Amino acid sequence: MANLQDNKKVLRIDNVVKRFGDNTVLDHISFDVHQHETVALLGPSGSGKSTVMKCVNLLEQVNDGQIWLGDTDITDPRENQDKIRSRIGVVFQQFNLFSHMTVLNNVTLAARKVHHWSREKAEEKAMSLLKRIGMDQKAKEYPDRLSGGQQQRVAICRALMMEPELLLLDEITSALDPLLVGEVLEMVGELKRQGATILMATHEMSFAHDAADRIVLLRAGHIAENGSPEEVMDHPTDPETQAFFAAYNRV
Amino acid sequence: MPKDFDFATSAVEQEREEFRRKERLRSHLTSVVSSLLFVALVVVVLKNSPGWPRVKESFFSPEYFAMAWPQVLEGLWLNIRVLGVAVIGVAILGTSLALVRMTTSAVMFPLRVVARFYTTIMRGIPMIVVLYLIGFGIPGLKLFGRIDKAVLGTIAVVMSYSAYIAEVLRAGFQDVHPSQRASARSLGLTQTQTMWYVIIPQGLRKIAPALMNDFISMQKDVGLISTLGAVDAVRAAQIVVAKTYNFTPYIVASLVFILMSVPFILINDWYSERLRKREQTGGMV
Repeated sequence: MANLQDNKKVLRIDNVVKRFGDNTVLDHISFDVHQHETVALLGPSGSGKSTVMKCVNLLEQVNDGQIWLGDTDITDPRENQDKIRSRIGVVFQQFNLFSHMTVLNNVTLAARKVHHWSREKAEEKAMSLLKRIGMDQKAKEYPDRLSGGQQQRVAICRALMMEPELLLLDEITSALDPLLVGEVLEMVGELKRQGATILMATHEMSFAHDAADRIVLLRAGHIAENGSPEEVMDHPTDPETQAFFAAYNRV
Repeated sequence: MPKDFDFATSAVEQEREEFRRKERLRSHLTSVVSSLLFVALVVVVLKNSPGWPRVKESFFSPEYFAMAWPQVLEGLWLNIRVLGVAVIGVAILGTSLALVRMTTSAVMFPLRVVARFYTTIMRGIPMIVVLYLIGFGIPGLKLFGRIDKAVLGTIAVVMSYSAYIAEVLRAGFQDVHPSQRASARSLGLTQTQTMWYVIIPQGLRKIAPALMNDFISMQKDVGLISTLGAVDAVRAAQIVVAKTYNFTPYIVASLVFILMSVPFILINDWYSERLRKREQTGGMV
């Protein structure tokens, strides 16, 4: 396989600083995500993983530095933020499906309202996505009739609908029954094989190890490690990194 | 309780079911007895009051009841029309106020201040004062020529109720979890689209019982337009009272208002119950 690091950069995080009050959550963070690459963002709770995700998705404003999506500086206030958001697919920890809409309407909403597709065209595409994950039978159901794993898979479909340049997965298995985690991770693995570009914050160490091309380990708002799973997880040299993974292995 | 399935049950369950059946029977009997006792108590107290015969004659006279009925009913038609127009007016003005108060853009700042000022002031003024201000103040300006009293009354009702409804709506919209907004915006929906397709439909579901309650309250408050001289159900009753010195027409007016509100109260109870059941599926307490 060609080196993914040679691919063009889909996401470039450049010296990003984020503060909440006088608390510096991200302190000059820089890393890239290349096309077809899966980057896992690891770190203890409070290390800034979610903040990185929110800054990339423009749910939070950075206090310094730049974030580039392709050739667009998304931290530039002159850019159309809604346009940028529609180029990124996001899946949240709590699924966040729209509870008053059927599965099908959840998946097609953005296509119909933001991209002005006809209902027929949007539903055709949505049904083919749902069929791939075996959820086409549930298209007319409301989210509260589905299991957590099913809801999360629908949420992934919703994020994939407009073929985003980048997929953000923010601890998407943290709210799931351990038995349902597998079906969601399997779907992420499938997306990766199809060439999706993924940035995921996760606590699933073994999944990160197997699925990610690169691990970015955050510690107290700094990047502690940035390398292949073998380098960072199997043969860490830094004592604090060793302690972090050792703690997970004990659980 | 209707049974969907007929399962063979064990002796333990049969015994429990038997106990529950007896308990239910006992509680039904208790409620029947206590209701009868309560009614008897009220009757005894009324019958033994020294003024009862007079009160009975002046409030519950069958002849005056029959006499006032058609006129009150005719007046009620005005109430119904005023209510119909006022509901539409309140929906439009109330929603606009709520949405304006929730905007964040700089352009909307002056409107935001006006909306805030309006809802604060309007919720503080007694409705009857609003009626007087509109009903006698606007004609006093002599700008528009003669305006029908019912129209002025409708304007006053809309102005007063919009302030309350706006706040109920705002509470409902803001009660929708922020994560719903976050996921809508992540899909690229604009602020306005997020509001329209996600926040408003979810918020309305939550506050539907409160809105229905305000509607029921408005239904009887349209009776206040009688203070301006519009001949509605209350005013019609008043006219009969003035002619006959008997208060039974007021009972007639109360009755027609109650009859008008009962269907909506039942619908509201049914809907609230359905919402409650759906939100707390299962559980015995």
